[in-house]
Amino acid sequence: MPDGVGRPLLKVNNVYVSFGALQALLGVSLEIYPGEIFAIIGPNGAGKTTLINVISGVYHPSPGEVFFEGKERTFMPPHHVAALGIARTFQNVALFKGMTTLDNLMVGRHLQMRSGLFASGVYWGWGQKEEIAHRKVVEDVIDFLEIEAIRKAPAGMLPYGLQKRVELGRALAAEPKLLLLDEPMAGMNLEEKEDIARFILDANEERGTTICLIEHDMGVVMDISDRILVLDYGRKIAEGAPEEIRSNPEVIKAYLGAHGKK
Amino acid sequence: MFYRETGVLKTTYAKDMELFPIPLDKAGFVVVMVLAFFVIPLVSSHYMLVSIFIPFLVFSLAALGLNILTGYAGQLSLGHAGFMAVGAYATVVMYNRYDVPIPVALLGSGLITAAVGSVFGLPSLRIKGFYLAVSTLAAQLIIEWVITHVKWISGGVYSTIDIRALEFMGWQIDTAAEKYQFALIFVVIMAFFAKNVVRSRIGRAWMSIRDMDVASEIIGISQFKYKMLAFAVSSFYAGVAGGLLVAFYYGSANIEEFHLLVSFQILGMVIIGGMGSVLGSFLGAGFIVLLPIFINLTISFVNHRIVDLSKVFTLDLIANVENMIFGALIIFFLAVEPFGLARLWNTIKDYLRLWPFPY
Repeated sequence: MPDGVGRPLLKVNNVYVSFGALQALLGVSLEIYPGEIFAIIGPNGAGKTTLINVISGVYHPSPGEVFFEGKERTFMPPHHVAALGIARTFQNVALFKGMTTLDNLMVGRHLQMRSGLFASGVYWGWGQKEEIAHRKVVEDVIDFLEIEAIRKAPAGMLPYGLQKRVELGRALAAEPKLLLLDEPMAGMNLEEKEDIARFILDANEERGTTICLIEHDMGVVMDISDRILVLDYGRKIAEGAPEEIRSNPEVIKAYLGAHGKK
Repeated sequence: MFYRETGVLKTTYAKDMELFPIPLDKAGFVVVMVLAFFVIPLVSSHYMLVSIFIPFLVFSLAALGLNILTGYAGQLSLGHAGFMAVGAYATVVMYNRYDVPIPVALLGSGLITAAVGSVFGLPSLRIKGFYLAVSTLAAQLIIEWVITHVKWISGGVYSTIDIRALEFMGWQIDTAAEKYQFALIFVVIMAFFAKNVVRSRIGRAWMSIRDMDVASEIIGISQFKYKMLAFAVSSFYAGVAGGLLVAFYYGSANIEEFHLLVSFQILGMVIIGGMGSVLGSFLGAGFIVLLPIFINLTISFVNHRIVDLSKVFTLDLIANVENMIFGALIIFFLAVEPFGLARLWNTIKDYLRLWPFPY
């Protein structure tokens, strides 16, 4: 995997975000390179989710800049950010609960599809052709995540672990250039974590998706990430390969130290 | 009998995505269509067609319109009777004064209503749920006021315009059966259109807004565009329904027929029929339109043939009994199946799927 070489896919430059008196991010900068798995870690309240929200356009920094593929996109609304090729999942599962697994994944294809009101309404002909073409793409993702059996089950009825997996599928269906995962393994048991870790690695290797994830499980983070960024109270305190992070005294003091030896 | 998908295997995605994946469903639909188009107009009396089937069709269309907005896109509206009024007056004005052929006038009034509906849909970008419902209430009141006070539309304070004799390309649409068939063609085509829209890209975008707006925005669905589209399509359906109501049922446009209570009735149809279901719109309209008539007939049957109710109750009490039974039935059905008649129908189908060998 390329470590800090070539042109960055995403560049976040000196970003500040505050909510009233609370300073969530204080001058954070980062670069994510094509093809890598980049992890953001830090204690609770460190600003990790805020950082993801800035990247996906939910929050706009002031001041600070965000570049994607070399172009500035600091103040874009989220649906334009999605059109650039950034997809994400949420810390609390944000599925469309009334829709089937299949439809959830098809929503992920929204931006790749073109049918307007009339093509959809008439359906026979162009609309159907497009539906089938995109159904094939979605079925590939369903195969990949091994969720064939729940294809037509309403997403709201699924157990938590599967919901997380469907949400990952929805993001993958969009075939994003950059995939942001906000705690993809939160609340899972060891087996489920291993499954998700395998899906993340496979998505990265087979599909070539660049991944940026937030995760609390140090074992997983150290195993799968190429580079790690550590946040504490809105500040970046370290950035580098897993081995460097593990031995960084600053990180141990701020974060790992609180939990004893790892 | 053998209503099942077991053994019905799909080998292509096109087959899997058919409207009626189960063969018996497809056959059933053809039978219903033949009945609706040819048998009903032949066997029904004038009274049945005019006071049962035509209003049922028209209100199904109106309920379908509101269902698109509320059941699929998750935006509440209490202004749909107002939108129907816009369509009603637009149809009469176009047909009477400008000699626009009636189908064109109906579709044209749909478009005008879509424009009006989109304007009143603008608040939905900022407010949700009950607050949005209240702001659409304003639509209802503003539309009523404008129609009664602008002479060019309504012709004065009585706001009643009779539509002239219906005729389309030399075809005099004057018998009840012809009116019924004409309305049926409109309703069937528009119902198919709606079903196709809600099961493909646009419909999925609406449902994603309904279920989780934050996630749908992140996926790349512009909330502005799709909320406006939902309001436009929904009011288009309401507008055409209003036009049909005036042209094929009342025979004149009268603002009194489109007051707030009608908005609530349409919302009731959607809730009882089933939110987010095209079939549910028809079931709900059937419930609200047909049930009072049915109760009325039953009571008068009992009254005349079995016991003379007027000896037991006073006359005005009998009229109220009708309303009481109607209200009780609404509560009963909602308690049995809060997700509406469409869900009840699906439950029955799921049961039949395994019948008679449930293991």
